[in-house]
Amino acid sequence: MIENASALVEELGKKFNYVEINEQSTVIVPADKLLEFMQALKDDYDLDFLTNETAADYPGENKFEVVYNISSIEKGYTIMVKTSVNRDNPELPSVFPIWGGANWQEREIYDLMGIVFTGHPDPKRILMPYDYEGHPLRKDFQWKGGRE
Amino acid sequence: MIRTQEYNLNFGPQHPSTHGVFRILLTLDGERVVKAEPICGYLHRGVEKLAEARTYTQFIPYTDRLDYLAAMLQNWGYVMAVEKLMGVEVPEKAEYMRVISGELSRLASHLIAIGTYSLDIGAFTGFLLAFRERETTMDLLEELTGSRMTLSYARIGGVAADAPDGWLEKVDKFMDKMPTCIDEYDGLITGNEIFQARTREVGVLKPETAINYSISGPSLRGSGVDYDLRKAKPYGVYDRFDFDVPLGKNGDCFDRFDCRMKEMRQLVRIIKQAIQQIKEIDGPVIGKVPKVIKPPVGDAYAEIETSKGIIGYYVVSDGSPKPYRVHVRRPSFINLGYLDEMLRGYLVADVVAILGSLDIMLGEVDC
Repeated sequence: MIENASALVEELGKKFNYVEINEQSTVIVPADKLLEFMQALKDDYDLDFLTNETAADYPGENKFEVVYNISSIEKGYTIMVKTSVNRDNPELPSVFPIWGGANWQEREIYDLMGIVFTGHPDPKRILMPYDYEGHPLRKDFQWKGGRE
Repeated sequence: MIRTQEYNLNFGPQHPSTHGVFRILLTLDGERVVKAEPICGYLHRGVEKLAEARTYTQFIPYTDRLDYLAAMLQNWGYVMAVEKLMGVEVPEKAEYMRVISGELSRLASHLIAIGTYSLDIGAFTGFLLAFRERETTMDLLEELTGSRMTLSYARIGGVAADAPDGWLEKVDKFMDKMPTCIDEYDGLITGNEIFQARTREVGVLKPETAINYSISGPSLRGSGVDYDLRKAKPYGVYDRFDFDVPLGKNGDCFDRFDCRMKEMRQLVRIIKQAIQQIKEIDGPVIGKVPKVIKPPVGDAYAEIETSKGIIGYYVVSDGSPKPYRVHVRRPSFINLGYLDEMLRGYLVADVVAILGSLDIMLGEVDC
């Protein structure tokens, strides 16, 4: 019986040989196994609530990190899952078929960070104008104004 | 021969019922909604990008401007994420001050929610009554923080200042009066036949759909899902208070509204208990925090329950005095993700009722 998030993360590390667990108990999963792993989280571990999905840009390592925080309504715990995607061809499968909550969050990530989610039903910009060029939250985005 | 066709109706962005600048492109078949396309971003300021050019402390006032009706709760979520990143201990007294000011913020926000909702439905008096008590709440918050709406009261490691002399007694007195005021709203709005006819069985949200679409706050609990972070994962000192989580049955507009109404009664209980308990605590209101805040390299995600739902902050540090990345999980934004399906099949007049029952805050949606 899994009672808390750390026990769950430990179990996940044992069960799935392709995941890595870092010292902050974050589960790191390779992008090609993402959907399979996420489906298992929902079906076998009651993680039914995708709280948060976001991304961070690391140009030094030439990658984007996509972060998922997933909760269980019944058990009350939350785990963090991360995956990396190459900066030159940022493409990831959408988790929308698993959790509908990814709907607008993935559109936001695409809009601001420029990661394309394949299989998303409505992949277009959400905050910036539709004809806007560039993705503002990327570290190499040139912005006018601001202060140093 | 009669030929019928669908047509488009533009709702907003400048429309009072959107409570801000929000646009919905409706496709209608007569008066029935066939498809709705929510369009947001008119208030997008790029808060997350701005954070990268500010220090950790300088970002606190920006969080006020997300949900400006419950600013303390926004501040709190952010400082909690930074505290988690740094491993800072928050003094007990500060935790209580956060609870009291945070719940007062929640009260102010819920009062606006129910007031403007009755206005959306067409009852102007409800709006005026709710604003009467909101004014008192604002006065109390002003006395505590110096500001009516953009409080910036939370600090990394605690809160800005202790309560002024006699402030807690004033809050206590106000909380004694509040239940009779809520009875008054209940009599005027909740029990109103026209109001019930407009909101019952409108915009029904099934519990499994609500969970799947990550809907949170009173909109989730209106569908009968018992998930309030204050109870499910108590943060701060919430495990020391005795309160209930009000739940709806049908998941319609009325249940969502009613959840907010009942939540107000519960937060009165929380504040009263907090005032009782804080009197026995002596000590600082801010913990030991270095002057220049430089969290260790790493990331942290913290979430709390605000008046709209779950607000989460994801903060990444590269060891410098400025955050490398800040992301805000905004409840209003994510609650809107299901709006299209929710509106389908209802009448044009119900669009306003359904949108209002979600209680969105455009400052937060557009971030």
